[in-house]
Amino acid sequence: MAAYPRTTEATGVLGWIDERFPLLETWKAHMSEYYAPKNFNVWYYFGVLAMLVLVIQIVSGIFLTMHYKPDAELAFASVEYIMRDVPGGWFIRYMHSTGASAFFIVVYFHMFRGIMYGSYKGKRELVWLIGMALYLALMAEAFMGYMLPWGQMSFWGAQVIINLFQTIPVVGDGLSIWIRGDFVISDPTLNRLFAFHVAAVPLILVALVFVHIVALHTVGSNNPDGVEIKAIKDDKGIPLDGIPFHPYYTVHDIPAIVVFLMAFFAIIFFAPEMGGYFLEHANFEPANPLKTPKHIAPVWYFTPFYTVLRAVTLSPFMGTLAMFGAIIMLFLLPWLDRNPIKSWRYRNTAHMLNLAIFAAVFMILGYLGVKAVTPEYKELGVRMTEIYFLFFAVIFAHSKSENPGRYLIWFLVLAAAIIGIDFWRYNPDDAVSAGQIMWQWVWPIGYLALTLLLPLFLRGCNAEKTVPERVTS
Amino acid sequence: MSDSDSNTVNKGRRRMLIAATSVVGAVGTAAFATPLLISWMPSERAKAAGAPVEVNVSKVEPGQLLRVIWRGKPIWVVKRTDQMIADLPKNSALLVDPESAVATQQPDYAQNEGRARKPDMLVLIGICTHLGCSPTYRPELAPADLGANWKGGWYCPCHGSRFDLAGRVFKNVPAPTNLVVPPHFYKSDDVILIGEDGGAA
Repeated sequence: MAAYPRTTEATGVLGWIDERFPLLETWKAHMSEYYAPKNFNVWYYFGVLAMLVLVIQIVSGIFLTMHYKPDAELAFASVEYIMRDVPGGWFIRYMHSTGASAFFIVVYFHMFRGIMYGSYKGKRELVWLIGMALYLALMAEAFMGYMLPWGQMSFWGAQVIINLFQTIPVVGDGLSIWIRGDFVISDPTLNRLFAFHVAAVPLILVALVFVHIVALHTVGSNNPDGVEIKAIKDDKGIPLDGIPFHPYYTVHDIPAIVVFLMAFFAIIFFAPEMGGYFLEHANFEPANPLKTPKHIAPVWYFTPFYTVLRAVTLSPFMGTLAMFGAIIMLFLLPWLDRNPIKSWRYRNTAHMLNLAIFAAVFMILGYLGVKAVTPEYKELGVRMTEIYFLFFAVIFAHSKSENPGRYLIWFLVLAAAIIGIDFWRYNPDDAVSAGQIMWQWVWPIGYLALTLLLPLFLRGCNAEKTVPERVTS
Repeated sequence: MSDSDSNTVNKGRRRMLIAATSVVGAVGTAAFATPLLISWMPSERAKAAGAPVEVNVSKVEPGQLLRVIWRGKPIWVVKRTDQMIADLPKNSALLVDPESAVATQQPDYAQNEGRARKPDMLVLIGICTHLGCSPTYRPELAPADLGANWKGGWYCPCHGSRFDLAGRVFKNVPAPTNLVVPPHFYKSDDVILIGEDGGAA
């Protein structure tokens, strides 16, 4: 830090401020002299889009708070009041409800980008961890927000989520009563979740976004080639493959923002409920503690984890653990994927397959989460849950490609675990479920064969490419 | 010259002061957190809303389910038909706990085949033992979506748990235990008081 009075190149008002606050310095460090790799592709739009959605949510949320009543007697009617009587109220609310889904869409793309290009590697573990904390805070924020309209889905969704805490042995009962502030979900629950939704969690979100960016700008952005651009600099110390974030990427991001807003407002104006996926039909009915809706499903962005919860029937606590475990595993990725090559462009075919299957399985889990449980879907949910967790073992097994013989050991161990679980689950008295177990084992075993046996027997699928010194294109 | 004039640092004393300050700070934080954390406990008003409720069951038809509310929870009163009672033992092989052995799920007087004080009249807390949804009453025989073995019972739309017409849970579903039978007794032939065991317990 410079001694006071600061010396600054700026004059006038800017100079006056800069002698008292590191304005130019901050601007340079994060905008005009932050060198980002020049080879960013479309996947790199989603970070800035997530920030845009955060701003939309904060602004529309503040205005909703001016009309909404966090009271079990008044909440549902106050939302309808916003929709019908408040001038422009419908627009503000649809921005907020569509924004919630948009947030998750861009965040899921943003996260998958990180996984594809290994953006959690090379001293970027904290960027990833902070990002995962953001994702967790975002899920909490979305869940609490969905409760506020106090419709049937709000009520029963909250019932299920808060009862997750009740499944914890010994302390569960007391804990869930403490969270609810009553023996059932009721007015105090709504009131406190409102406080969290509009004050506590948004503060955490904004603080985490700040830290996420500071950490990123300290290490420097990754890129589709996974090349560290700071390794090769010109004589002024500027990375040869870097360009200043401002004006190049700020301007570069504007078309993406325009395209995003076109889609966003098209949804607001023409399909704000998105066929019951952004706003579920049952939520247009006021909360009724006596009657669970016929078909209950969380909003789409939670459904993959909801399927995991439903799939593990060992005990409710194990289901809860599996669901939270599915999220925790993502936190651990930087320590599971130990392969020094960052981008999947230069990893072996088996790794690319692994990531592609993982994305597909995540979507299938999400699809199953909105469907009613039939024996077939139930078993498919179990199998997809198995693959979800196997992914993390396989990505660890892919850390070293030199000795493909190890893949065989991994295959045998993991396949044995799956078949062992099948033996334990198999119950001939329950012919329908048993029949499903007997053929759906092909999913996890097939997955293991594709990701572990394929690179073992087909050398081409195990070949890693040389990472270039400079970024391509 | 006193100690404070010298430039030598007494590290032991400094450590002791830092430790003492930290402890006081921690105690202060805990003291400050206490009123915030206990403010989440159920208020006196919430605790007061738990009195027993009376249900008149004289007009309940066989096969019909009556819903009442007790402590904010749905309570089901079902009058079982003779056919329903006759079908109960046929489910036993598929159930987790056909004998109602888990004592916390019902009072002693309901630990029998039909889990009821009177064989035809079943009283249950209508909350799934999995995650607290209220299962749907499906009294019909073998509907298409529940399979040919279905002899009537409850299906939970949240996570697919199934219960028979005595509230006993089927195997291989998320719910671990049978539905809870609340404390209740017959004040007269037609009036059930839900929330108390009565003298006969």
